[in-house]
Formats: sequence, structure tokens, C-alpha cells
Amino acid sequence: MSPASRTSVCEDWRPTASIENIHLRAALLAKTREFFAARGVLEVETPLLSAATVSDPHLQSFSTRYNGPGLPADTPLYLQTSPEVAMKRLLAAGSGSIYQLCKAFRDGESGAYHNPEFTMLEWYRVGFNHFVLMDEVELLVQTLLGLDSSFERISYVAIFQHYLDIDPHTVPKAALWQCAVGAGIAQDHGVDAMDRDGWLDMLMSHLIEPHLGHEQPLFIYDYPASQAALARIRVEGDVALAERFELYVTGIELANGYHELCDADELLRRQDSDHRRRQANGQEQPGGNGRLQAALTAGLPSSAGVALGFDRLLMVKTEAHSIDEVVSFPMNRA
Amino acid sequence: MAIHNTNDFRSGLKLMIDGDPCSIIENQFVKPGKGQAFCRVKLRNLKSGRVYERTYKSGESVEAADVMDTEMEYLYSDGEQWHFMEPTTFEQHAVSETAMAETAKWLKGQETCLVTLWDGVPLSVAPPNFVELAVSDTDPGVRGDTSGGGGKPATLETGAVVRVPLFVDIGDLLKVDTRTGEYVSRVKN
Repeated sequence: MSPASRTSVCEDWRPTASIENIHLRAALLAKTREFFAARGVLEVETPLLSAATVSDPHLQSFSTRYNGPGLPADTPLYLQTSPEVAMKRLLAAGSGSIYQLCKAFRDGESGAYHNPEFTMLEWYRVGFNHFVLMDEVELLVQTLLGLDSSFERISYVAIFQHYLDIDPHTVPKAALWQCAVGAGIAQDHGVDAMDRDGWLDMLMSHLIEPHLGHEQPLFIYDYPASQAALARIRVEGDVALAERFELYVTGIELANGYHELCDADELLRRQDSDHRRRQANGQEQPGGNGRLQAALTAGLPSSAGVALGFDRLLMVKTEAHSIDEVVSFPMNRA
Repeated sequence: MAIHNTNDFRSGLKLMIDGDPCSIIENQFVKPGKGQAFCRVKLRNLKSGRVYERTYKSGESVEAADVMDTEMEYLYSDGEQWHFMEPTTFEQHAVSETAMAETAKWLKGQETCLVTLWDGVPLSVAPPNFVELAVSDTDPGVRGDTSGGGGKPATLETGAVVRVPLFVDIGDLLKVDTRTGEYVSRVKN
């Protein structure tokens, strides 16, 4: 029998990742644990299922319900979109610097770089700001990818000026829209189809990101304050900047870090603003996170934290074109 | 008016773009970790054959092209047009060179193809997933080499060129996957 006729159509029990890549994943996980052990950063585990979830309007959580002893019947529970909240509760309780390797879940996200269930490496360093944390991210990624060269660092404003010749902090929304129309990516949308950040995201993801980090990995830092999420905001002149960074390697967004917001009142204001946007979009309201609020009120130590997509790191390492090449069983085979 | 949500996007889906029916070639999900998700779509305009890209916000809806896929038998080509017949009604349709695109090179006659009609006009033709065609030209076969390692180009009776193992000879009948353009196996004549 020829190899072709032996291949049946019902082959989807097989992993999409090669056995070689499954070995590589194990090796990089072990190296990551060595890296943090050598630095005295504590490995922790937090729940994947939790009563509260993220308020960010661009993240959709999976939800389920619990029936059994311990909680009221039919209690809604959410699969985490990241371990951020639980890890901050540990920090506030005095854990010191911590890291976690875990699964995170995001509904609606599937493509060459996305699987709705993925592996995240998240860590927090007490006493670091986002620049000091970038040094450590650089060292870890150099170690895992086997790189010698140092990484570039360019601010969000400088990268927009370089590629698009606009100042993303000050230009009016119409100018962002015109830039997208000029580049041929906004034929179907009027200026009011998105808010200012939506247009910035479109320009960034379509016209800038594909160029980033090809010669050497690149950090982008100091984002618009409107994209702060849970990062601190500082004011420089007339411009409010979010103390946030992202790491790009060969056009792929690999990590996202913050100098962490510690102000409980400011947290409440940002959650309220998220909830208003979710309401305006007709999205589900996940409710506030009282336990995070209480943790910040009790006192989050000054710290910086970062989340790194572990599957994407493997994609960079293996020069994979699809996340399926590094994940054993992606969504359509799970 | 039928619509498709971006979540339905996949290659082959037909959309109406600026009044023209288009077929999705490739759909790319683009999303920053923090921020708006987009679908970046590569499309072929089925009237002009032109390929272009569009971007949609994730979750947006786009008008569906009111097209119909019909199985038809390929009869012959007169050099300018390709002629097909509906097997139940015996109705014949003439298909333009643009609509044939990459399909013509796989057809020699009597194959059952999927013809996409828009307003009764054939817009595109999908060949059968597998065709069996004879080799009209290739370098001499290497006897005994059935390893499948290496390879060489072979021209088939319809003019299509595929990469084949070294043991393949002129006159051999081959099974080819038209979706990938790849050699599958030798067929015993």
C-alpha cells in the first residue's frame, strides 16, 4: 500500500506539534524554572477558575457554573484571561517576587498566533520599575532563544514617528483615520467606526508591528495613557504616559509588561470606565473585582510585572508559521 | 440580504465587496494583547480576478455574495471559452479565461467540477480535489528508486507541471491533489 492511501481522513487524533517541538517545550520550561530559581523568584500557582474576571472590553472570558457544596447553586465562574489579579493578591499578602507558568483562556481568539487556550509565563518583581524589568526580560529571552545581541528600545511615540510620521499622543482622531485610509486598510470604515485607541491599534498592528524586531528583538515602551490597563501613568509635559512595554521579536508580540498600578482608587476609576465601555458595546458585565480592590487597599508593594506568551516564544525559536506547530492539540483537535 | 460575521470567515467564503462578488483566499486574525481585534482578509474579485486585502473589526458583518455552487461536467475548450454542462438539465455554460484561472491546467474533459454562478454567470470553477493525468514529459525514470526522496519536475498531458519522485516515467498515470498541486501516487493503468 502506498503511503498516501494509508493516510485516512480521520487523522485528527494526532498532535499538530512535532514530537521534537514537544521536547523543545519541555526543555524551555525547565530552563525558565532554572532562571527564576537562580534569582530567588518564587514559583506559585493560582486558580484558573475564579469568581471574577477582567473588565478590559477587548478581552472575552469563558464562563462556566459550579454546582455542589461550598458555593450557592449555579455560581458563575470564569476561566482566567491571565493570572494577573491572583498574583497581585499574593504580592499584597507579602509573597515577594513571584512567577507562574500557567494556562490562560481568551474566547474568540484563534489564528496563526492565537489559540483560545495558551501558555503564559507571568512574573512580578518587587522594587523594579518597567525599565529594570525590561533588562530581566531581555536576559531571559536571550537565554531561551540562544541570542547574544542586546535588544533595542524605542518609545511608542518614536516608533509612530519613524514609520508613519505622526505623533500618536497629540494628533486628532481624524488624522489617524486618514493615515489608515491612505495605507488602504480602512476602505470600509468611517472615522467614527472606532475610538482613538482603535485606530492606533489598527495602525500599530497593520503598519508597524510587521516590521518590528527582525534584526534584533525590540521593546516599545511608554504607551498612551488611554492604553494603560493596569500600568502606572506618569505625566511628562502635556502628555500622560502609561509605564508599559511590549517586546517584539520577528514581528511577533511576545510580552507585555507594566510598572504596576498600586492606587486602589485609580483602579476603581479604570474599572468603572471599562464597564461603561462594555455597556456601550452591549457586552456582558463581569462585575467588579472586590478582592483585587481590597488587596490594593491593603497595599500592593511597588513592583513591575510582565506576561510572556510561551507558545509564541516557541514559535520564534522554531520559526513556526502557526501556533499549531508548537501546541500539542490546538482548539480544533482538543 | 444574507450576511457573514467575521467569525464565519474562511477561505472560499464569498462576499460582496463594492458591488462585486469576491472569494476569501486567506483570513488572518490580528490582535494586540491589549486592544482591538481585526480580521485581515485577502480576497479575489471573482469578476476581474484581481487580488486585494481588506481589514474588518472582529465581529463585524459583511454582505454575502448571492452565489450558487453547482456541479457541472467539463465538456471542451474552444480556445477562448471553456464549456460545461449541468448533468440534470443538460444546460450548457460558457466560462471565461478569468474564471478558469488556475483550474484550466488540471482539466482534460469529462471531469465533474464545482462551478460558482452569480446571477446565472459562471464566476469561478473548482476542479475535482484529485485528478488522474498522464505524464507527457519528464527526465528518464530512475529504476528501483521508490524511496520518494529527491524529485524532479514532470509535465502532465494538460500542461500542468508537478514535482514527482525520481522513479516516474513518461506515460505514467499520476494522481495529483489539485488543492496543493502535489503528486499523490502513481496509478496502475
